[in-house]
Amino acid sequence: MSTRTLITIAPWACTAALFLVWEAAVALFDIPVFVLPAPSDIWAAMVKYWSPIWKNSVQTLYTTLAGFLMSIAGGLALGLAIGWNRVVYAGLYPLMIGFNAIPKVALVPILVIWFGIGDIPAILTAFLISFFPIVVNVATGISTIEPEMEDVLRALGAKKLDIMLKVGIPRSMPYFFGSLKVAITLAFVGSVISEIMAANSGVGHMMIGAQSQFNVPLVWAALVVLAILGIVMYALMAWIEIRMTGWAHRSAPA
Amino acid sequence: MTGFVDLRNVRLTYGGTADGTLALDGLDINVKKGEFAAVVGPSGCGKSTLMKLATGLITPQEGTVEVAEKEVSGPVSIAGMAFQNPSMLPWRTTLANVMLPLEIVQPHRSKLRREKASYVARAEDLLKLVGLAGFGEKYPWQLSGGMQQRANLCRALIHDPALLMLDEPFGALDAFTREELWQVMRNLHAEKGFTVILVTHDLREAVYLADKVFVMSARPGRIIKEREVTFERPRPIELTYENAFNDIVHELRGLIADARAAA
Ligand SMILES: Nc1ncnc2c1ncn2[C@@H]1O[C@H](COP(=O)(O)OP(=O)(O)OP(=O)(O)O)[C@@H](O)[C@H]1O
Ligand SMILES: [Mg+2]
Repeated sequence: MSTRTLITIAPWACTAALFLVWEAAVALFDIPVFVLPAPSDIWAAMVKYWSPIWKNSVQTLYTTLAGFLMSIAGGLALGLAIGWNRVVYAGLYPLMIGFNAIPKVALVPILVIWFGIGDIPAILTAFLISFFPIVVNVATGISTIEPEMEDVLRALGAKKLDIMLKVGIPRSMPYFFGSLKVAITLAFVGSVISEIMAANSGVGHMMIGAQSQFNVPLVWAALVVLAILGIVMYALMAWIEIRMTGWAHRSAPA
Repeated sequence: MTGFVDLRNVRLTYGGTADGTLALDGLDINVKKGEFAAVVGPSGCGKSTLMKLATGLITPQEGTVEVAEKEVSGPVSIAGMAFQNPSMLPWRTTLANVMLPLEIVQPHRSKLRREKASYVARAEDLLKLVGLAGFGEKYPWQLSGGMQQRANLCRALIHDPALLMLDEPFGALDAFTREELWQVMRNLHAEKGFTVILVTHDLREAVYLADKVFVMSARPGRIIKEREVTFERPRPIELTYENAFNDIVHELRGLIADARAAA
């Protein structure tokens, strides 16, 4: 087999191997289900509970995407503002670093006090945890314009807005789309954390319910579902990144 | 008589007059309309600073800067600039890169949409003049360094500037490409008749292209010598192997060596 085919097969083979070893280990060492269910038990739980799993997955996806969209809007706006103006940068950057240093889990209780148990704390946690990388990336893209390029344009009488529109914003797009992969993963983490701590629905909430009933296979099924959702969202963002900013990939020295 | 570019007794300090870097002090330079001037000098003597002053990107603490008989107080927009780094925008085709200044400078800016076709033709003519015919649709990263530098020249010239400012534009190129671009530059200057100020480290380049070579002292920079170069135009590239040519190159070399030693 050529290296190329091997590279295509490798991820699938490794995943399959992981589950096989897992299944074999559970059988071999006779591990009780409440300690570690075998992949076959998890699969059985997924089939049995597909309806609640599906409903809760949709809920988690909804809060994740809602928070993520807010992040895109807020992150772009703030990133552009910070990259545009050095004073705004100087004023807001330390604040943002400080804010980013707070573990967002610690905010969930406050959000629940303000908004009650429901979708809103999950959406806001997703937003708060994921907007920072977008801001930083967009601002970096803008503030790293080559000085020569800026001189060429300014000597022609270009206003700040011209430079922003012609160079700054297009230039920051690869940074922006690159940050989406990180941001969507973080938003997902935020949603699930919030659901685990305080919610009436969502995959995180379902896990807590299953745990209290000692339904260990369902807890694990939920975990697998989270992994799948996370991978799908990441892959989607990676695909969007390549579609939107092909020039940045092709122009980089291969 | 005042020149087209006229800097008088200019003093420029970067970063605060008290503890900053004094880059230029007591600098006088005068370039006549249509003249090709070259500026040479030790590294860090303030050549790039001089370019920024003449295009109005920075203003001096002392002295006056006049371009086209007007005191410069902000970006002049009658100038085109090109640097050693071609700085093409990778998301635009070469043609779109070359046409970028038209989206900024008036009156082209307001006419660009309506007269798109004639502007495109103009850009394509320029690309042809520098030997890039047919490369307009390619992206800059599909071009070699020398080709990008040609495109860079086109971008500096697309809005028909009366003044062309070049800061070591051929510095990063191999010797053959460089000589080829000297000839491109020579032809463009002959055809369009703009005024040029070329900053370079290459003394042969300065002597081959310029009507007048300004030699600067070490920092703080000022002009220590104005050397006329009177070879007849158009100058064949073979000129660069003649004795009279090499004499001037050696003379300039000596001046710069002295300036460096004095620093
Ligand atoms: N933006 C800046 N801030 C502070 N100091 C600067 C700045 N730009 C240049 N300088 C200083 O001013 C002096 C002249 O710089 P300049 O870039 O004009 O030199 P140069 O003659 O173009 O050098 P080179 O030949 O190496 O390109 C240098 O000592 C440099 O350190
Ligand atoms: Mg320089």
